[in-house]
Amino acid sequence: MAGGEAKMSQSKVLLKGVKKIYQGASGEVVALNGIDLEIKNNEFVCVVGPSGCGKSTLLNILAGLDKQTEGEVLVEGKPVNGPSGERGVVFQQYALFPWLTVRKNIAYGLHNKKLPKEEIDKLVEKYVHMVALEDFLDSYPKELSGGMKQRVALARAYAMNPSLLLMDEPFGALDAQTRAQLQADLLELWEEENKTCFFITHDVEEAVLLAQRVIVMSARPGRINKIVDVDIPYPRTQKTRLSARFTELKNDIWATVYNEYLE
Amino acid sequence: MDKKGKAVGKQQRSKQIVWVNMLYVLVSLAVILLLWRIVSTPGMKSAKVFASPAAVLEAFLAKVKTGKIWEHLGYSIGRVLVGFLLAFVAAVPFAFLMGWYEPFRRFFQPWISFLKCIPPLAFIPLVIVGAGVGENAKVIVIFIAAFLVMVITIYGGVVNVDNTLIKAARVLDSSDSTIFFKVVVPASTPYIFTAIRLGLSSSLTTLIAAELTGAQVGLGQMIQEASNYFNMDVVLMGIILIGLVGITFEKIVTFFEKRLTAWQEVRQK
Repeated sequence: MAGGEAKMSQSKVLLKGVKKIYQGASGEVVALNGIDLEIKNNEFVCVVGPSGCGKSTLLNILAGLDKQTEGEVLVEGKPVNGPSGERGVVFQQYALFPWLTVRKNIAYGLHNKKLPKEEIDKLVEKYVHMVALEDFLDSYPKELSGGMKQRVALARAYAMNPSLLLMDEPFGALDAQTRAQLQADLLELWEEENKTCFFITHDVEEAVLLAQRVIVMSARPGRINKIVDVDIPYPRTQKTRLSARFTELKNDIWATVYNEYLE
Repeated sequence: MDKKGKAVGKQQRSKQIVWVNMLYVLVSLAVILLLWRIVSTPGMKSAKVFASPAAVLEAFLAKVKTGKIWEHLGYSIGRVLVGFLLAFVAAVPFAFLMGWYEPFRRFFQPWISFLKCIPPLAFIPLVIVGAGVGENAKVIVIFIAAFLVMVITIYGGVVNVDNTLIKAARVLDSSDSTIFFKVVVPASTPYIFTAIRLGLSSSLTTLIAAELTGAQVGLGQMIQEASNYFNMDVVLMGIILIGLVGITFEKIVTFFEKRLTAWQEVRQK
């Protein structure tokens, strides 16, 4: 009993029998079925799977932007009830407010928290420094490249000091070089800031590079197919990609995700 | 130092652009004036329609001398502005309500679709019976014209607000009212400017048409009266003035638009 309690306090996210049904035009669509998952505090988890496997639905439910039809969704032991700054989200399409400067984008959520002005300024400074965009504080998003926009989005999410960071294919729209840079930045941040990361990607290599555990989902209905422990020590760099273990894990996961193409 | 140098270069380039633009305007003006001069040469058939530039200028100066022209302009612009502003003040909340509240939208959308097909001038007989032939009647007709076009345009903007931005705002601890005022409203400003532009131009066209069908004073009335006496110089002068009023409105709107929606990502021409 005591052991069970200790385990409870350690787990950040607990999903029990989560099911999500959408009312589609041609009847009910089961987007998720029987999802059981535990994510530990400070863990970095990647979710991969074919399109339509419900990975974004799962993220939206965790964010509180969507509600499960059945099952339990607990974050720090409390059921998720609507969105909150406690759970930061980074979207693939950056989702920066185009009418606000970089400074004001990062400060947006801090204003909603009703923090004093000096503290907002301090936090903006800190996180804009973290993503190395000090020279662009007063630029508008249209003046930034895709990679810079996503760095602002990361800073905006981090500034809220969320304990759980949800990322929906954040680097999916970036070119390979920028993506490698942002992966490195994100790993560094994660090691520094100790936040639990739930990261969705369709790129198996990216998942293996970043995550401690890779959750492989399959489609129709969306369910967890396999969970792979990535036993490669941190700090990981782009060099990690060259190791034999990396290739082995990558191939294993790739075959699970895309086995329909192997047959 | 380097930054400064760049800024100076930029300034010089923008100065050049201004000059090139001026040149284009001057050349096209000169060409059109020349053509106008040619078609208005006495003896040519087209001279019946086109009074010469000199005659039009003379007609204008004559009306300036009596002060009559300012009265016509003042009344027309005044009616347009009153009708337009009332329509704008009503259209903005109306369009946002349509975009934000399902029952409101469901109730009004069919009526908006129905009314937008009817030329506002068709309401004139009703308006005259209800409000007489005075200023109110004209303002009401302009109101109808501008209100409908602005509601439709702004509503289009409100429902097109990028859903990801709303989601982003929600996960950043925004209340509903914060989302509305800090996300939906700014995201809709480009559409509001398009609506203002469309609303002003339909106010102006509707007004002139309304004045043509009966008014004591106004540019439309001036044109109508002149055509009764076959004074084509005054007719042409009135037409040019209407165009100038329209361009002036457009420039004023663009001035504010550039300042308020500079954040927009626009395709470079």
